[in-house]
Amino acid sequence: MKIICRCQDVSEDEIIAAIRQGATTIDEIRRLVRAGMGSCQGRTCRRLVAQIISRELKTPPAEIYPPTFRPPNRPVSFELIMAERERQETEDGDKK
Amino acid sequence: MNTAFDAVIIGGGILGIATAYELARAGMKKVCVLERHYLASGSTGRCGGGFRQQWSTEANTLLAMDSVKRLEGLEEELGYHTEFFQGGYLILAHTPEEEQQFAKNVEMQRRLGLDVNIVDADEALKIVPFLNKEMIRKATWCPKDGHINPFLLTQGYANAARRLGVQIHLWTNVVGIMKKSDTFFVMTEAGNTYQTPLLFNCAGGFSRSIGAMLNVEIPVDPYRHEILVTEPVERLWNPMVISFSVGLYARQEMSGGVVMGMGDPNEPVGTFVGSSMHFMYEMAQRFTRLFPKLDKLRIVRQWAGLYEMTADAQPILGPVDEVDNFIQASGFSGHGLMLAPAVSQILADMVINKKKSEVVDSLNVKRLYNLKNVNKEKSVV
Repeated sequence: MKIICRCQDVSEDEIIAAIRQGATTIDEIRRLVRAGMGSCQGRTCRRLVAQIISRELKTPPAEIYPPTFRPPNRPVSFELIMAERERQETEDGDKK
Repeated sequence: MNTAFDAVIIGGGILGIATAYELARAGMKKVCVLERHYLASGSTGRCGGGFRQQWSTEANTLLAMDSVKRLEGLEEELGYHTEFFQGGYLILAHTPEEEQQFAKNVEMQRRLGLDVNIVDADEALKIVPFLNKEMIRKATWCPKDGHINPFLLTQGYANAARRLGVQIHLWTNVVGIMKKSDTFFVMTEAGNTYQTPLLFNCAGGFSRSIGAMLNVEIPVDPYRHEILVTEPVERLWNPMVISFSVGLYARQEMSGGVVMGMGDPNEPVGTFVGSSMHFMYEMAQRFTRLFPKLDKLRIVRQWAGLYEMTADAQPILGPVDEVDNFIQASGFSGHGLMLAPAVSQILADMVINKKKSEVVDSLNVKRLYNLKNVNKEKSVV
């Protein structure tokens, strides 16, 4: 068994099964079998998934619909976000 | 390409796909779904994934109870795992006004046969640990509510529909509709025309523009609704937690991440579904107020989808006066996924077996053309 998405433990077979159900894009595969849903958000497996789609459907990689990129860039805690907000508010207050 | 079908459904979200499945199951031979992107690429695939029966209007409660009954046997029927999980819904009352409104809701829900109770703060904390007890006066608890994976539910319906001969045409954008005598001509961006005597509008946030193609007013306004998910952690709690006055809902996915979203009263009408920093700040503040001990949880991803709102926050169902055989299933106001299993079945029964449905009649679009006596659904985040 070949693991393609290391964050979510998704194997190549599972990705092929999703393609057999009609998936033709990286986003559909992400939604069906969670490849690319983990903490790296698909940075590692995105290209591998595209290669598998390309191979299975005989589509040139350039024609595969590009995936969506979503914030944040890295996992970030609520605590940190709250602290950042507070810092910005203090800064805004200082300016006034 | 010029093809004829017994029914054409516009929209490949949960409503369109479930309706296609139910039509085929009831014996219709040639059914086709047109979806401009891929399955569940609109509101369905972006939603919180909850299903609840606790509503403030009877119509919503009845439809939701029907839906849950349907969902209970659906995995087996579709032969597909959907992460269907009856973990319950806990709805928090923070103010005396909410307590009063919830008591009214529960009385109505129990009269309709729903297993729902009012619990105090201690009991609420047993069901959902980590809640900020000081904020809670009472809560309502229905153990048979729960959550489900929206992608898998749609895919399960789609696979079963295809086995019954339904055609699902993805990447097919409808740009115009004409009706000549009894036939609809549905035209797509690629230049194809689909002919059918029966047309369904399941276009979610875009159902107003589909209606406009036939000069029918479908008063649905889309609003962006943002949502996020945290990294997966150990099991924290089972139900969906809702607070209307803090304005949030949160549930833990089967894969461990906590999904949460909120309503923003300042959101303008529109179909923009980008993400905002404002949401991240606001969500962090609301969530940590309600769950102070969970402030170390890390956010992995945020996204947004559309709530397709009607004036009374209830769906638009059934035929329209102006155009025969143009059936509506839209305007679910953020609750399409959880009502789809019932609505799709009722609509299929209506068009194929001519079966009447009081709920569908009460949710006809006509009610929204005259807004004097609106019976508004209050239980919306």
